[in-house]
Amino acid sequence: MSRLAFLNARLADPASKLDVPGALLVENGRVADFGARLFNDGGPSGAEIVDCKGRVLAPGLIDMRVFTGEPGSEHRETLQSASIAAAAGGVTTIVVMPNTDPVIDEPSLVDFIKRRAAATACVRVLPMAALTRQLGGEVMTEIGLLMEAGAVAFTDGDRTIANARVMRRSLAYASTFGALVVGHAEDPELSMGTAMNECEFATRLGIPAAPAEAEAIIVERDIRLLEMTGARYHFGQISTRASLEAIMAAKARGLPITCAVSAHHLTLNELDVGSYLTFRKVKPPLRSEADRNAMVEGVAAGAIDAIVSSHDPQAADTKRQTFAHAAFGAVGLETLLPAALMLHHNGGASLLHVLAAMTAAPARILGLDSGRLVKGAAADLVLFDPDEPFAVDASALRSRARNTPFEGRTFEGRIHRTYLEGECVFERSISQ
Amino acid sequence: MRAVDGPILKSSHLLGAEALSIGEITGLLDLGEAYVDLNRSGQKKHSLLKGRTLINLFFEASTRTQSSFELAGKRLGADVLNMSVKTSSVSKGETLLDTAATLNAMQPDILVVRHQDSGAAELLSRKLDCCVVNAGDGAHEHPTQALLDALTIRRRRGNLEGLIVTICGDILHSRVARSNIVMLSKLGARVRLAAPRTLLPADAARLGVEIYTDIYDALNGADIIMMLRLQLERMAGAFVPSTREYFRFWGLDREKLSYAKPGALVMHPGPMNRGVEIDSAVADDIEVSVIQEQVEMGVAIRMAVLDALARGLAAGGRNAP
Repeated sequence: MSRLAFLNARLADPASKLDVPGALLVENGRVADFGARLFNDGGPSGAEIVDCKGRVLAPGLIDMRVFTGEPGSEHRETLQSASIAAAAGGVTTIVVMPNTDPVIDEPSLVDFIKRRAAATACVRVLPMAALTRQLGGEVMTEIGLLMEAGAVAFTDGDRTIANARVMRRSLAYASTFGALVVGHAEDPELSMGTAMNECEFATRLGIPAAPAEAEAIIVERDIRLLEMTGARYHFGQISTRASLEAIMAAKARGLPITCAVSAHHLTLNELDVGSYLTFRKVKPPLRSEADRNAMVEGVAAGAIDAIVSSHDPQAADTKRQTFAHAAFGAVGLETLLPAALMLHHNGGASLLHVLAAMTAAPARILGLDSGRLVKGAAADLVLFDPDEPFAVDASALRSRARNTPFEGRTFEGRIHRTYLEGECVFERSISQ
Repeated sequence: MRAVDGPILKSSHLLGAEALSIGEITGLLDLGEAYVDLNRSGQKKHSLLKGRTLINLFFEASTRTQSSFELAGKRLGADVLNMSVKTSSVSKGETLLDTAATLNAMQPDILVVRHQDSGAAELLSRKLDCCVVNAGDGAHEHPTQALLDALTIRRRRGNLEGLIVTICGDILHSRVARSNIVMLSKLGARVRLAAPRTLLPADAARLGVEIYTDIYDALNGADIIMMLRLQLERMAGAFVPSTREYFRFWGLDREKLSYAKPGALVMHPGPMNRGVEIDSAVADDIEVSVIQEQVEMGVAIRMAVLDALARGLAAGGRNAP
């Protein structure tokens, strides 16, 4: 029997609101025991010891929004390279988007992702499947067969289904199976050809811009369609106050609706586009400071359920372009936790509350058993120092693409180790 | 010769199950029963409708229903005229009224009409001086199908009271489903509907039926299983993503059938899509499938309907209600 004992830890489990100094014992990859009094009567015999030095030991993070390039664009990111980046970010479960080539819209392709992940990835990989064939927004996919193949949710990723009739039928069909639909809210016509948020700064820069309303219009439409059909619905990421208010009102009416925000929309605003910084060109675009504050408050109030990385690796050649022509997207797996912890350090939310948005909440939305400390569960764990400062260095990122919007920025919160089923999948070396 | 005498229908038209009383339905079923026996005994030719003109006006192709009405009319001695009308997609309403005027001039006694638009039969009944039989109007009603289904069930089970009838498939577009929901409920059956949500009409639960999206739940304990045809144009992603997914989750195969009551009967209005809504192993199993019997009942019940309507016609002349 392999035994692994974490001593001198600060145990943090958002699901049970546990935040105490203590120890945790892993046996054969499962959490055997944990608590403040564990090993008070002497250390475990025959166990490998990890001295946590007072750092936080928490459930491994679950990132609900990760784009990779596999299959089709392996030069951007593979499932393996994404998993290595995830492990370095304390993320033990990544939910990958179907926006690949080919699009994940067939049961056999869901199976491909699962088999490739099992063979190459060092963290758990859960595939979402397309909601419409070829992400074309017209023909619904085989939701029943795709669920049987292992798709955890259905989404067209960063594409909005423009046709309300298709969206209505897709929601109705998904509700037949109790399937989770993940929507993207950006009115395609209002945002077509635009590169940033509509604002004075965009005007000064001369960049074609989309109004923040492009998001709320789709959020409000989908809420009405949801009211007619009754599907489980999750907004993959929102970025504006108006969207959040519509979602809060819908939740208050009892609709089965959840939403997430990306770490970069919590920490950056439209002015961070600065002098045409293409690494800060993301979808949806960075918004006004008022909208960013609304996102921060939304997480603190629990109105926004989850925080995601929206990890979207882009090759250098597609980012070394004029702002209008550069690709959208930013990597984020390795900076998800430190960026999210800004909410804690700024006094907006407790550590447990911030962690919940990346553990218990995504587990609840996706119907997973993970994301919590519980005896007998797989020992997916992250060990981090919430207060240790560091500067983001793009060249040190493990992701195959280096398009971080945070280059040079100092965060507090360093991941030291990550475990998947009791196996160490990431360990920070002293030189890092 | 006729086992059941006297007037059966109050109206001079048969437009839908909705307007029929339980007494009228029972009367038609009794008369249909009598025609089944006559047809089987070899006494197929009668002179009841001698000198009467029956026009089959079909705006939609239908081999089965049209030939069933034609045969029923001919066995009762009527002169039968088949008209198949191919309509252009524009100005259908105008065409229909023009057609009505033309038909009136031909002085038919009974008009059997099939049309792709709901309400077409009723519109014609208001414009024509003859009896009108609705042989299917859009997604509205197909009363003779419901009558033949009721007759099939009644002959097998004696009574519909308390039977659980599960209607499965494209309820949204189905006139067969609508007529059966109404008629079978009137006869005391408990009707369940099973379909993906995209093929369930709005407020279906308010039709007095139980709604299921899981066919296993819907079949659990069912006495009668009625499978509906899934139109080809509805399979390719607009309402269901594919035929293989539809068959996997809603197609009736032996495994799903095993959830129904032992001895449950399987029905289908035809024509079947084998491997889509029904597996051949079930459709062709004479122990459970009464699909061929439904066709036989179809001729008998249409004879009963024509007979009943003829009773309202003035002796030797045209309809004078």
